[in-house]
Amino acid sequence: MELAAWLIFLLPLISAVTIGIGAFRSKPISAGISIAAVVGSFILTFVMVANGSEFPDGQGPSPKVSWLRLDGLSVDIGLKIDGLSKLMLCVVTGVGSLIHIFSLGYMKEDRDFSRYFAFLSLFIFSMLGIVLADNFVMMFIFWELVGVSSYLLIGFWFDKPSAADAAKKAFMTNRVGDFGFLLGILMVWAAFGSVSFDVLEKEKATVLCGLAGFLIFCGAIGKSAQAPLHVWLPDAMEGPTPVSALIHAATMVAAGVYMLCRVFFLIEGTWAMEAIAWIGGITSLMAALMAVQQDDIKRILAYSTLSQLGYMVMVVGLGGETNSDYYKITNVAGTDAAMFHLTTHAFFKAMLFLGAGSVIYACHHEQDIWKMGGLRRRMPRTYWTFLIGTLALCGVPLFSGFFSKEAILTVAYKESMPLFLIAVAVAVLTTFYMTRLFLVAFCGEPRSKHAEHAKESPVVMTLPLLILAVPSVVAGYFNMHAPDPLILFASLIAVVFGALLANSIYRNATDDPLPVRLGFIARAMKARFWFDEIYQWFIDKVQERLAKLADIIDRWIIAGLLVRGAHGSTEFAGRVLRLAQTGNLQTYAFWFAAGLAAVLVFALS
Amino acid sequence: MMEPTLSHYLLVSGALFSIGLLGVIVRRNLLIIYMSLELMLNSANVALVAMSRFYGKLDGQVMVFFIITVAAAEVAVGLALIVALYRKRQTAEVEDLATMKL
Repeated sequence: MELAAWLIFLLPLISAVTIGIGAFRSKPISAGISIAAVVGSFILTFVMVANGSEFPDGQGPSPKVSWLRLDGLSVDIGLKIDGLSKLMLCVVTGVGSLIHIFSLGYMKEDRDFSRYFAFLSLFIFSMLGIVLADNFVMMFIFWELVGVSSYLLIGFWFDKPSAADAAKKAFMTNRVGDFGFLLGILMVWAAFGSVSFDVLEKEKATVLCGLAGFLIFCGAIGKSAQAPLHVWLPDAMEGPTPVSALIHAATMVAAGVYMLCRVFFLIEGTWAMEAIAWIGGITSLMAALMAVQQDDIKRILAYSTLSQLGYMVMVVGLGGETNSDYYKITNVAGTDAAMFHLTTHAFFKAMLFLGAGSVIYACHHEQDIWKMGGLRRRMPRTYWTFLIGTLALCGVPLFSGFFSKEAILTVAYKESMPLFLIAVAVAVLTTFYMTRLFLVAFCGEPRSKHAEHAKESPVVMTLPLLILAVPSVVAGYFNMHAPDPLILFASLIAVVFGALLANSIYRNATDDPLPVRLGFIARAMKARFWFDEIYQWFIDKVQERLAKLADIIDRWIIAGLLVRGAHGSTEFAGRVLRLAQTGNLQTYAFWFAAGLAAVLVFALS
Repeated sequence: MMEPTLSHYLLVSGALFSIGLLGVIVRRNLLIIYMSLELMLNSANVALVAMSRFYGKLDGQVMVFFIITVAAAEVAVGLALIVALYRKRQTAEVEDLATMKL
């Protein structure tokens, strides 16, 4: 069992290294190694979960590798295996396996096929590192590795400037959040003298926990793309679509939520909770509004992801009651609901993205939904799976999303009325924009030549869709709780209202009527509330000027006055003193005598 | 007739030393500089002998003895060098011998 745990973790690394060293010369071998590694991890995870063998309390599988030992700080590379990480392992390796297989079809004609699979394996390895980390430092290392592999995958088509820019944007935006994360870790270490989760869990909370918790949450703001650092996620859609499905829907962006659940003991009961809940709520509402007016199929899904992540973060922040018998994943209502939604969301959102990928593939890389239409007859398998994904995302009863959304709404209803109302509004908007996307892209008449000639994608792409459809429907049943009638009613009303509204506006529409009807509001939504423009302005006007100032200080004061001043004054002194060195014996004799005379005068007077 | 005191001797010695020093600094010819150097050595000898005489100790005279010996050796080496230099450079003027400068 110990070996299995380590193998789950290391197989993808072995794959990435093998491909990197030599296997990249052969496309089928690289893909084979990569898929074998992730499927191997998945099977081992499955075996481990099925066996149900828990490791002794507070003990990961040995041997722990002692990575760093200093006075007062010891960092191990150890694995933490409990209910939380097992669930996340299932999600990462399960969805990861299917997306690897889907990629076989989607990336078939790409000349850098092998590089793609090497990066995917690297990503899975980093992600598993976050999931299995048993201390803050290890988590941070893999947190950054995930950032790097995400950078590599977003910028996979780096000869396209927009992809290269998006990769840089994602990486740098994440760095902003990670800076807070690092500070938080340092603060925890300063306060408790340890970074191990097992040790910290037993510590008593102190005043510092609120601030430390909030700083750590900053890491999650970056990775899980919460406001105001959400701007990178929509741009990250420049990467290949399977990457968007894997990283920017199912796993990496979920890492922030997972991390919050992992360190929940630290933030429990502090003011950080409230901040987390509100940031999550605001993100979810804002992103849902933005999604309503996007035209790019992947961007709509990206904003939808933002919105759903906002849900999860919000519910972690709300906390709620503690009952270890009632909740199956963690023993707190909030984190339990967050992880539940994370899991169901990972399945149906990955499926939606893969469905979008299938559509994009069939329409010759056309991503504008207004240039699609009528795909129902031409791509039946994609159509049906996309429909299931949409229903699950909207929270239609009996689909997985319904149960997890119920769990979130229940916690919100008990803990905070304003956030509950926001959550219901988001549910209405979610149904609205998903119905819009669905009606425009799949129903009606084809609106472009590509859509007219679209053909169903090959089996290697539709098979993962069909497989993902299963958990998208049934994943809700394993953590089902009887819903409160009022909440059930609210969510049903939200779904029906959103769907009817979208249906009345977009049924057989050939272009978007909303900009005309709503005017400024629609423009603001389409322009994503000008976040990018505001940041651009800030960078141009403030940061650029600060940089210029720093440049002047560096160039003139530090390099000019101090560095060149030191060397200049030495050189000047040298030049002057050089005049004394005439080479003439008598001059030396003169200075010698003068010096002697001076000493004598000084000594005798 | 005034009996000469130590001060008189030291004054003579100082005057000789200064003349010698001036000669070393201002004269151009190596031989003259050399002679001036000898003058400076001997001015020191005068002072030492006078001290020895007035304080009634022999230490000064012993020292003078040594100075004369060393000076003789020095003259032998120095003159040989000057001759060698002159043969090589056809000059004994110090201004032409400024090659120690970088």
